[in-house]
Amino acid sequence: MLLDATSIKSPLESLDPRVKLVATVAFSVITAVANRFPVLLMALALGAGLMVVARVTASDVIRRLTPVNLLMLFLWLFLPLTYPGESIQSIGPFTVTREGVLYAARLTVKSNAIMMALIVLVTSTPVFTLGHAMHELGIPQKFVHLFLFTYRYIHVLYREYLRMANSLKIRNFRPGTNWHTYRTFSYMVGMLLVRSVDRADRVHRAMVCRGFNGRLYSLREFKFTGRDAAVLTAAALVVLALGVWEWVIGT
Amino acid sequence: MGNRDLIINLEDIHFSYPGGQPVLNGVSLKFYRGDRVGLLGANGSGKTTLFQTIMGLLKPTGGRLEIIGRPCTTEDDFRFVRRKIGLLFQDSDDQLFSPTVLEDVAFGPLNLGKSREEAMASARSTLDYLGLKGFEDRITYKLSGGEKRLVALATVLAMEPEVLLLDEPTNGLDDRTREILTHTLTRLDLSFILISHELDFVNQVTNTVFAMENGRILTDAEIHVHQHVHAHPYGSSAHKHS
Repeated sequence: MLLDATSIKSPLESLDPRVKLVATVAFSVITAVANRFPVLLMALALGAGLMVVARVTASDVIRRLTPVNLLMLFLWLFLPLTYPGESIQSIGPFTVTREGVLYAARLTVKSNAIMMALIVLVTSTPVFTLGHAMHELGIPQKFVHLFLFTYRYIHVLYREYLRMANSLKIRNFRPGTNWHTYRTFSYMVGMLLVRSVDRADRVHRAMVCRGFNGRLYSLREFKFTGRDAAVLTAAALVVLALGVWEWVIGT
Repeated sequence: MGNRDLIINLEDIHFSYPGGQPVLNGVSLKFYRGDRVGLLGANGSGKTTLFQTIMGLLKPTGGRLEIIGRPCTTEDDFRFVRRKIGLLFQDSDDQLFSPTVLEDVAFGPLNLGKSREEAMASARSTLDYLGLKGFEDRITYKLSGGEKRLVALATVLAMEPEVLLLDEPTNGLDDRTREILTHTLTRLDLSFILISHELDFVNQVTNTVFAMENGRILTDAEIHVHQHVHAHPYGSSAHKHS
């Protein structure tokens, strides 16, 4: 259920996680703000290329891109019909606009390109390492802690959810469209919330007992090598090139 | 016994949650270096609350708390207490929050101001001591229940406490892990208080037994129960009186 660094070895795994994080963020930002199709398709191609380098398996790709594209499907249902612009096709009382179609297409390409970069990031970096890299990059402690603890305890909460779901099952609960079902589910969600607050409290106490003073330590030391410098430079150039293509050559 | 060896001194400790019934209702306890105390009592009799009060996690609503001759009231006082006393929680998932075992065990020593190398070294030796060699890079949430308990014990022991507070340490353990725990507790040169409902285990590792009832620790005269219990090798399981 959890995302985790897979055991496959790729050349990206040994890179300094800070470099990967910075490069991914820069790439995502430029892709998110760009609007021209050649630039966006280039970003998509780069994302796909990175996945090949990172040796992401096809099943992983499908598993992780499906949710995004389901959302996109939803947008494709509405955007072409609702976005104001030049009409290209009428379906009954609705008209499909050119701008709407382009807008939906842009969003689809953008989100897939960004998702691909993120998939590469999480499959080549253990999540905890990512947390420590965030810390090293000067991201506020609160965010880093939030990130790390969410990851650590989502598993525990999931097990608590499963226990509750099982206790419903053994008492023959069958969900239906009725008040009993709604009430049961809302109790369950409420109980999960209460339990996670309790859990958070106990975890904090356990940490205080061990002298916690607001700092988390990483035993891993990050090494910035020549190879990291080269990758960082290349990433900067790519992002710059995309920007130039979008705003300088394009206009 | 000299006053120097009095580690925990509780006098008439009271605690209640806001608007609730009193949980601790005048607890007094003197705990000396070398004591190995078993704490029995029904669920809800205040045992866990007592531990949390000693660690400064809950502030008593009345009474006096002294650790190694220092009265403790402020957070600063309890920071000192937490160097001397280690608490093993009932649920190890509460205690293990770091990605890997080594990082979790090193967390305490790092907080005590040790360097990264020193902390890693003491974490390693603690793990070795508990027979957890090779666990360093294991992911904490993927450990089995027994492994989690032992690693949680390692996280406490790595801080080199003088006293351990163990909250139902054998809860949910298989025989093998219980064996390791029993063995560790008997050979450790440590003082401890342990909460348990398993009388066999309590008999094996402790030399004094107290009972708690309704937020109070019963004096020896009031607990005949445990002496009866000592006499029976089968502990709480059904048996015939001869």
